[in-house]
Amino acid sequence: MTSVAKQLARARDWLEELVRVREWLSGLGRGTLLCREIAVSLVKVKPVWRDVVYQMYFIGVKSQAVVVITGMFTGMVLCAQAYIQFHRVKMDSLTLAVVSVSMGSELGPVLTGLMVAGRVGAAIAAEIGTMRVTEQIDALRTLAAHPVDYLVVPRFLAMFLTMPLLTVESISLGIGAAYLVAAFLLGVNPAYAWQQMLHHTDDLDMLTGIIKTFVFGGVIAVVSCYKGLGCAQGAEGVGHATTEAVVYSSITILISNFFLTMLLNTLLR
Amino acid sequence: MMIDVRNVRKSFGALRVLDGVDFSVEKGQAVAIIGVSGGGKSVLLKLLIGLIPPDAGEIQIAGQRMTGMEERQLLVVRRKFGMLFQGAALFDSLNVEDNVGFLLRREGRTSGPEITRRVAEVLELVGLEGTQKKMPAELSGGMRKRVGLARAVVYRPEIVLYDEPTTGLDPIAADSIDQLISRVVETYHVTSIAVTHDMRSARRISRRILMLHQGRIYADQTPDEIFKSKDPVIYRFVNGIADPIGKNLLS
Repeated sequence: MTSVAKQLARARDWLEELVRVREWLSGLGRGTLLCREIAVSLVKVKPVWRDVVYQMYFIGVKSQAVVVITGMFTGMVLCAQAYIQFHRVKMDSLTLAVVSVSMGSELGPVLTGLMVAGRVGAAIAAEIGTMRVTEQIDALRTLAAHPVDYLVVPRFLAMFLTMPLLTVESISLGIGAAYLVAAFLLGVNPAYAWQQMLHHTDDLDMLTGIIKTFVFGGVIAVVSCYKGLGCAQGAEGVGHATTEAVVYSSITILISNFFLTMLLNTLLR
Repeated sequence: MMIDVRNVRKSFGALRVLDGVDFSVEKGQAVAIIGVSGGGKSVLLKLLIGLIPPDAGEIQIAGQRMTGMEERQLLVVRRKFGMLFQGAALFDSLNVEDNVGFLLRREGRTSGPEITRRVAEVLELVGLEGTQKKMPAELSGGMRKRVGLARAVVYRPEIVLYDEPTTGLDPIAADSIDQLISRVVETYHVTSIAVTHDMRSARRISRRILMLHQGRIYADQTPDEIFKSKDPVIYRFVNGIADPIGKNLLS
């Protein structure tokens, strides 16, 4: 009897696991349908550029503090760490080259992506989620406006166009701040370090970084809008959607970064 | 026939909310749907406008079959509808003028000055002239509902749906909303369907009352017939008498 009960309990656990897998797969399906709907909208419906520009302002201008601080301090700490290692082998002048390559191809895009996911992704999910629980999304639909056309596409386009700009800004500030730290705090010869940096930094390092930002921008917009549109009822639902938007955007950025690096290095080099 | 609903069923998980609903509404009729809270009235309204699909059955609007349509096709059919939501559902980020003129602006077929004129006209109809630049957060519950009503009728829809139009309002504000709904029906000659559990409101704004009970249309009568009915289910609902089980629980 005990063994039958144990087998039943095991079967129940398996069923629960299957339900979780089914929910995950149906979520993936809904996300794919949202992507398809965005593509349809981009092809068939003329975007309202006023809304896109407003979203670009919200994403770009309002994220300045976050991007500036992230870029500068990442460059500065990277410079300090690289200097300590290179100083031991008397190769101080390579410090800026390490900062430049790291910031350009990996740290700039990824850290900017993570910071924007935290600030903008959360705001998008919370705004659309609140609209859902207060029936504003239903109101949009009754007023013959498709939520994807009105809410998702402007955010997607704005994120797609703004992320590269924010990342270039973050990389430039990181390198600039590293230059100041190397020249004025660590005593590295600035002209020689700058010349070494230009010599060792490949255009492709920067190009891969910039290409990644388009993908990261799209990921943040799609995940955050998806979580907002699928938000459960009540304040708890909005909180849950916001948290999940940030977590899933960040995880997707980190995982896709690896595959993008491998893919772009294979295609471009 | 403006609205034709045939054997519509809808469940949420194991909960069967609508279990074979049949009714039709002629053009220009003012109908109220009554029933207990959680009985599927708002679900029925959302099915009519295509916000959610039915599990089975068929809905036709002005001879056009709604069931099975994709969202982008439904957007075209929904142009026939105006809807006042329970909480008004005004867009927080837009002022009153942009909320009311939302559809006209999105369509881009009406000139800016004409939109301004029509918005002013419907705001006057609902007694809110001069509030164009106010944000929804600055309005009271009753004012929000009036703006919602103005938004629902500004583009002259053929059918207007009202989801609990007087819920959450004080008796005077509720009375003014009832008067406005009657005025809209008279002014624009629209087909109107109001979902409510406020019997006083149902009597004022409709010429026909449908009672939804256990997922089906239980009664389809005039307001006078409903109020005079001796049927125990209708009588208890109209007079607000809880069933004996409820009484026992309370005692």
